[in-house]
Amino acid sequence: MSLRLDVTPDSMRLDVPSDLGMVGDAVELVASHLPPGTLSPRRISFNLRTALAEALGNAIRYGTGEDPARVVRVRVELGRDYVRIYVIDDGRGFDASRLPDPTLPHNLEHEQGRGLFVMRHLVDDVAFNEKGNGICLTLRAG
Amino acid sequence: MRFTLKKDKSGVVIVGVEGQLIVGNRQELKQKVLDALEEGSRKFIIDFSKTGYIDSSGLGVLVSLSKKIREQGGELRLAGLNADLQTLFELTKLDTLFAITRTAEEALAAF
Repeated sequence: MSLRLDVTPDSMRLDVPSDLGMVGDAVELVASHLPPGTLSPRRISFNLRTALAEALGNAIRYGTGEDPARVVRVRVELGRDYVRIYVIDDGRGFDASRLPDPTLPHNLEHEQGRGLFVMRHLVDDVAFNEKGNGICLTLRAG
Repeated sequence: MRFTLKKDKSGVVIVGVEGQLIVGNRQELKQKVLDALEEGSRKFIIDFSKTGYIDSSGLGVLVSLSKKIREQGGELRLAGLNADLQTLFELTKLDTLFAITRTAEEALAAF
């Protein structure tokens, strides 16, 4: 399977097959096509890559159930002083407000449950659509 | 992305993570370490000095491996975290769960 990124001066579009093995390549494709200047190289290389891998991993595992016939849509809005990434699956969505705090002592040794927590610390804003099957990550310049 | 395994003369297994440790490759790392554990190795260092980023699935697999190694009477140490990765471990409080050293050599000396 190959990935095709559509790029315009102010946007990018990428459909990612529901395959966890595609996450790394999809992240690299988006990160390597961001125009220079808006975000620092360090924020692209760590914050953006990590947060996008989280969002894609969640969408593929929980949204589309790793069904190779389904895709996760990535849409990137390139503003003058921000980058906004939408990751949307066709699943039933989830309630982000019901997730436990992964840093509490009794949760520390849990293998899962850190994704949203990590994203919220790495980007400037995390928002969900009403259904809960679409996440929007905003990284601002500076 | 690549994982390398080498065994020190004292029997410590040093695992190098090149690129990223994320949802798409975490099982490969897990299997490599579990295979070494099954073959009798008990002391492990995972060296992140060539790692760009780790997502929560990668963190989760480290938690899982640490537990499995401890259950067998062994120990997992982490080394070589850059400043961003160190911050990630601190904000998730996983720095309290793992022995973390600046370099793999320091981790090796601490065993």
